[in-house]
Amino acid sequence: MDRNRFRFGRAVRRELAGFSLSFIAALLVIVLTIAITVFISWKGLSVFFVHHVSPANIFSLDWWPDRPPEQGGPQVGILTFLVGSILTSLLAALLSAPLGITVAVFMTEISPHLGRRILQPVIELLAGIPSVVYGYIGLSVLVPFIRENLGGTGFSLLAGVLVLAVMILPTIASVSTDALRALPRSLKEAAYALGATRWQTIRLILIPAARAGLLTAVVLAVARAFGEALAVQMVIGNKREIPHSILDPLITLTSGITMDMGYTVQGSLWNDTLWFMATILLAISFLFILTIRVFIGRGEAR
Amino acid sequence: MNVRTKDKVATCMFWLGAGCVVVLLAALLGYIVIRGFHAIDLAFLLGEPETRRAGGGIGPNIFNSFYLLFLSMALTVPLGLLGGIYLTEYARQNAFTNFIRLSIETLTSLPSIVVGLFGLLIFVSMFGLGYSLAAGALALTVINLPLMVRLAEETLRTVPDDLREGSLALGATKWQTICRVVLPCAIPGLITGIIIAAGRVFGEAAALLYTAGMTTPHLNFGQWNIFHPTSPWNPFRPGETLAVHIWKVNSEALIPDITRVADGSAAVLMLVVLGFNLLARWLARRLGRRLAGS
Repeated sequence: MDRNRFRFGRAVRRELAGFSLSFIAALLVIVLTIAITVFISWKGLSVFFVHHVSPANIFSLDWWPDRPPEQGGPQVGILTFLVGSILTSLLAALLSAPLGITVAVFMTEISPHLGRRILQPVIELLAGIPSVVYGYIGLSVLVPFIRENLGGTGFSLLAGVLVLAVMILPTIASVSTDALRALPRSLKEAAYALGATRWQTIRLILIPAARAGLLTAVVLAVARAFGEALAVQMVIGNKREIPHSILDPLITLTSGITMDMGYTVQGSLWNDTLWFMATILLAISFLFILTIRVFIGRGEAR
Repeated sequence: MNVRTKDKVATCMFWLGAGCVVVLLAALLGYIVIRGFHAIDLAFLLGEPETRRAGGGIGPNIFNSFYLLFLSMALTVPLGLLGGIYLTEYARQNAFTNFIRLSIETLTSLPSIVVGLFGLLIFVSMFGLGYSLAAGALALTVINLPLMVRLAEETLRTVPDDLREGSLALGATKWQTICRVVLPCAIPGLITGIIIAAGRVFGEAAALLYTAGMTTPHLNFGQWNIFHPTSPWNPFRPGETLAVHIWKVNSEALIPDITRVADGSAAVLMLVVLGFNLLARWLARRLGRRLAGS
């Protein structure tokens, strides 16, 4: 009897401990998210609160963080970096989305067997290649190729876009595949019963029906491209200028942070501007999530 | 054009697209492995990196990568499992649960450089860890935790409810059910997922530049006092991983044989990641078969 009561007590204690531990682990995810948001923005917004830089200054194209006060004081415009990030990630998605969706359609409609046996592992392996390896291949293959065949130094928007396009291909392909697989079979069967060819079914029925999922795939891919640092930094030349052609070098938010964070003094305006760039990256990452939530919400409502 | 012809053209286009992707992967893998083949020998794999002279190796970097992987997995796996257990076994449909899911989504899509900066601010400066493997492991944990929670949740959901109900009906408590029935059933899925995640952590570099650092002290593998600065096992020493080494060699190294070192490092990194992937696949098939047979 006593022995049973002892066992019962121990089971209750373990029950409580188990619940508390798993609750704390789940809570940790929330705490981390809030901590990252708070600390990065607190550090980033110090450009306004500590250095009293005006928003017009920071959202400008001029970059001269150590300009002496008699010439008008420091200029820390991050717009060049922001434009660079937007250009590379959007162009990469534009290039990658058609191919990624083609692969997804192939895997779901044309040959599900080959899709599962070959393309699924291929895409998983592509997703597993580390970003520095992508950057290195870009540096040793793409950059010399562009320099010799198209002109310029080779370090260019084009190189960055191509590297990113390959890197985000697995994201687009796998999320699109999930979206297409989630469609009810009845859609396809109804289209075939009406005499539509496979291509007509894909183009007129399946792709429009999976629109929300496909858009989610593209947004996720743009988000990934936007936040990618090292692969891009290795091939774009990192020149603080807005590119005029796809062969010009440029700089992005992530590559600017990577390059300068180690060489600027903690608490200096230059250094704090880098933290502000990180805050912008964070804000844009939130924006992407919001966009996806709205897309998916709309997709379900229909 | 006739509808049939159009259909055929479209089919060709889909085959072509799929073929492109397969060729692309083959080309990338082939390029890295073939170029690396000439650079890799035993002296390269075991030697120490050089800062100015030619002939450096990547021994300490390989060690750092594996040790860091171990440190961060030792944190991520239990935390991620517990988080997944909470979401599948305990969580109700309420605002708190929604907030957890939103946080997971947010953390997953954070750029890894931002996580690296967070690590620099909190783990390196505020916790006073300095550039160290410990700070790097914590940063990797932040990156990997949301993926691990999601993996654990998805895997635990595949365990049929009959098993849970059976166990509860026999008088087991909820926690006993989780530990002795649900988790053992989910183990094959968990192991595969963990190995794939390990491959991803192994290749991470952006989050480590400013947490684990870009240098490695001279390591003395005979030093077993883990708090000694030259001990390889000291988690509070800085450690440059293989992935960080590839980046650093290409962007700021002064050595004359950059190409050789970069080729070799990229090939080793690629082969390890590939190894993790194949291991996961092989285990999934093996464990899956055994479970189906029992």
